[in-house]
Amino acid sequence: MAGLEFVGVRKTYPNGVKAIHGIDMAVSDGEFVVIVGPSGCGKSTLLRMVAGLETVTEGEIRIGENRVNELEPADRNIAMVFQNYALYPHMSVFDNMAYGLRNRRTPRDEIARRVAEAAGTLQLEGLLDRRPGQLSGGQRQRVAMGRAIVREPEAFLFDEPLSNLDAKLRVQMRLEIKRLQRALGTTSLYVTHDQVEAMTLADRLIVMNAGVAEQIGTPLEIYDAPATLFVAGFIGSPAMNFLSGTVADDGAGANLDGAERTLLVAPPASARRGRITVGIRPEHLEPVSRETAALEVVVELVEALGADSLVHGQLADGGEGAAVTVRVDGARRVAAGEVLSLAVAPNHVHFFDPDDGKRLA
Amino acid sequence: MEKRVVFSKLGLPILLVAPQIVITLVFFIWPASQALYQSLLLEDAFGLKSQFVWLDNFIALFSDPHYLNSFARTVVFSAATAGLSLGVALFLAAMADRVLKGATAYRTLIVWPYAVAPAVAGVLWFFMFNPSIGILAYLLKGLGYDWNHYLDGTDAMMLVILAASWKQVSYNFLFFLAGLQAIPRSLVEAAAIDGARPFKRFWTIVFPLLSPTAFFLLVVNIVYAFFDTFGIVHATTSGGPAQSTTILVYKVFNDGFIGLDLGGSAAQSVVLMAVVITLTVFQFRYIERKVAY
Repeated sequence: MAGLEFVGVRKTYPNGVKAIHGIDMAVSDGEFVVIVGPSGCGKSTLLRMVAGLETVTEGEIRIGENRVNELEPADRNIAMVFQNYALYPHMSVFDNMAYGLRNRRTPRDEIARRVAEAAGTLQLEGLLDRRPGQLSGGQRQRVAMGRAIVREPEAFLFDEPLSNLDAKLRVQMRLEIKRLQRALGTTSLYVTHDQVEAMTLADRLIVMNAGVAEQIGTPLEIYDAPATLFVAGFIGSPAMNFLSGTVADDGAGANLDGAERTLLVAPPASARRGRITVGIRPEHLEPVSRETAALEVVVELVEALGADSLVHGQLADGGEGAAVTVRVDGARRVAAGEVLSLAVAPNHVHFFDPDDGKRLA
Repeated sequence: MEKRVVFSKLGLPILLVAPQIVITLVFFIWPASQALYQSLLLEDAFGLKSQFVWLDNFIALFSDPHYLNSFARTVVFSAATAGLSLGVALFLAAMADRVLKGATAYRTLIVWPYAVAPAVAGVLWFFMFNPSIGILAYLLKGLGYDWNHYLDGTDAMMLVILAASWKQVSYNFLFFLAGLQAIPRSLVEAAAIDGARPFKRFWTIVFPLLSPTAFFLLVVNIVYAFFDTFGIVHATTSGGPAQSTTILVYKVFNDGFIGLDLGGSAAQSVVLMAVVITLTVFQFRYIERKVAY
């Protein structure tokens, strides 16, 4: 097993489209790193470059100590799990798992032992003679995992492996992947557009947008201190509320557009006088009595989820674009049209420069 | 899953299927039954009267060494034509599948020969291999091979096979290319990561997934070689020299219209009909059902 390193990795397609604008990162041995971002952000391209399915235009990718830019996929000793599983339809489950080992001239009894072991781990014992076409989605997913683990590679690459499964199975397989990765201790790179998957699986996250790694850090680091507006809006569900305003004259607060009172949380000293974007997560707003409230929101829609409810509304005089979502206790009854008085958790207010989208610190 | 339309009256459905039935009757059933009937007759040399002879025509056919020879030649011819055109088409399709620039132009060019009439295709190759003026015959002479399909039966057979295969390559190419493009790219990528080199990937992953297409084309190509190659043979060798390229379909024409043995010729077409029916049944029964994943 080995770590993984990106040094100034860039990708430009022959038609001139720039997919990756320079990634620098080191993944340590045994780490589970998730690359998350919206579709088209270059996350799959990055993964396929590690696999050797896309060429590296500039920079260097290292697996262990070795530069792998010029190596064929076969020589990189990595295993990949594809979104559509990519099982060989004309082979049995056993042959699917054994294919990579046979290509590497592994002795026959060793193949049988490893496949049996993987089948045991993944509960596929009774299915080894079946064809992929005879399996359910979850079983196919397991075979794809099995095909990766029998190879005992340096690293696992996952390309949105759960997005073809239904919601319940997805949660279950998510746990299984995490457990398996812990047990095997294999370095893993996992691509997804689902931020819940990203948060739950990752030791560390790379949040990508338009070919740029906007932030790299542990899930909670990113949740607590998103580096840019994009990251702040992408990580966390429901998404963070963004309110624009100006820094108060004495620098001790912010005057939000559409709010009566000054938000009495001091922006960082680096905030220039003038426009500012304030980010507050829905879970960091709390209904309180009118006197102590920082914000007043007119409720438009309530989504009751049971344990809690999501209240969607607008700042009392906010006009266009001052939408606010609040997460309240499920026991609390809120009706549309009501005015909700809200207090803000002062340690959880984020300030961003509206021009370049960077966090103000 | 099947959607059935139910008509309340019988008139409309009959009207709707009538054109198809009329065409089938006039152009297929009628001539076929005519051939069946004629194969049991013996006609005099002037076509004035005929005599019902039961299966004598067939008995004569299968005891005629010329006919059995022709049968053997047809087997060789169709096996070689199908093999050559499938092989070349598969190779071209596998290459075309990777072409990135000018792919459409390249594919269009490869498809062109299919639009060439069989007789024209035959004449084309006939000229290229012509012993006195043909460019290919000249080149072969340079290599020390004295090509002459006027005198050498093997040369003549090779010429006919080449011309017949050349025409069929385009058709096979189209199907193979469509089949190749239907194979998910991720399967090939998975095989690459699994350590299979391009050649091995082709034979262990791509080709097995292409086998339904290949089987379908094999039957189509055999049928083509058996029945649609008359024009090519007629335009190039006329069955010669010494009947070395007289395949069955050419012999039907030769015996019937040149030799005026209408009964024997009809019997030969009945045998050919039996062959094509067998092949079709074979295709429907075994291939379309079993080679699917």
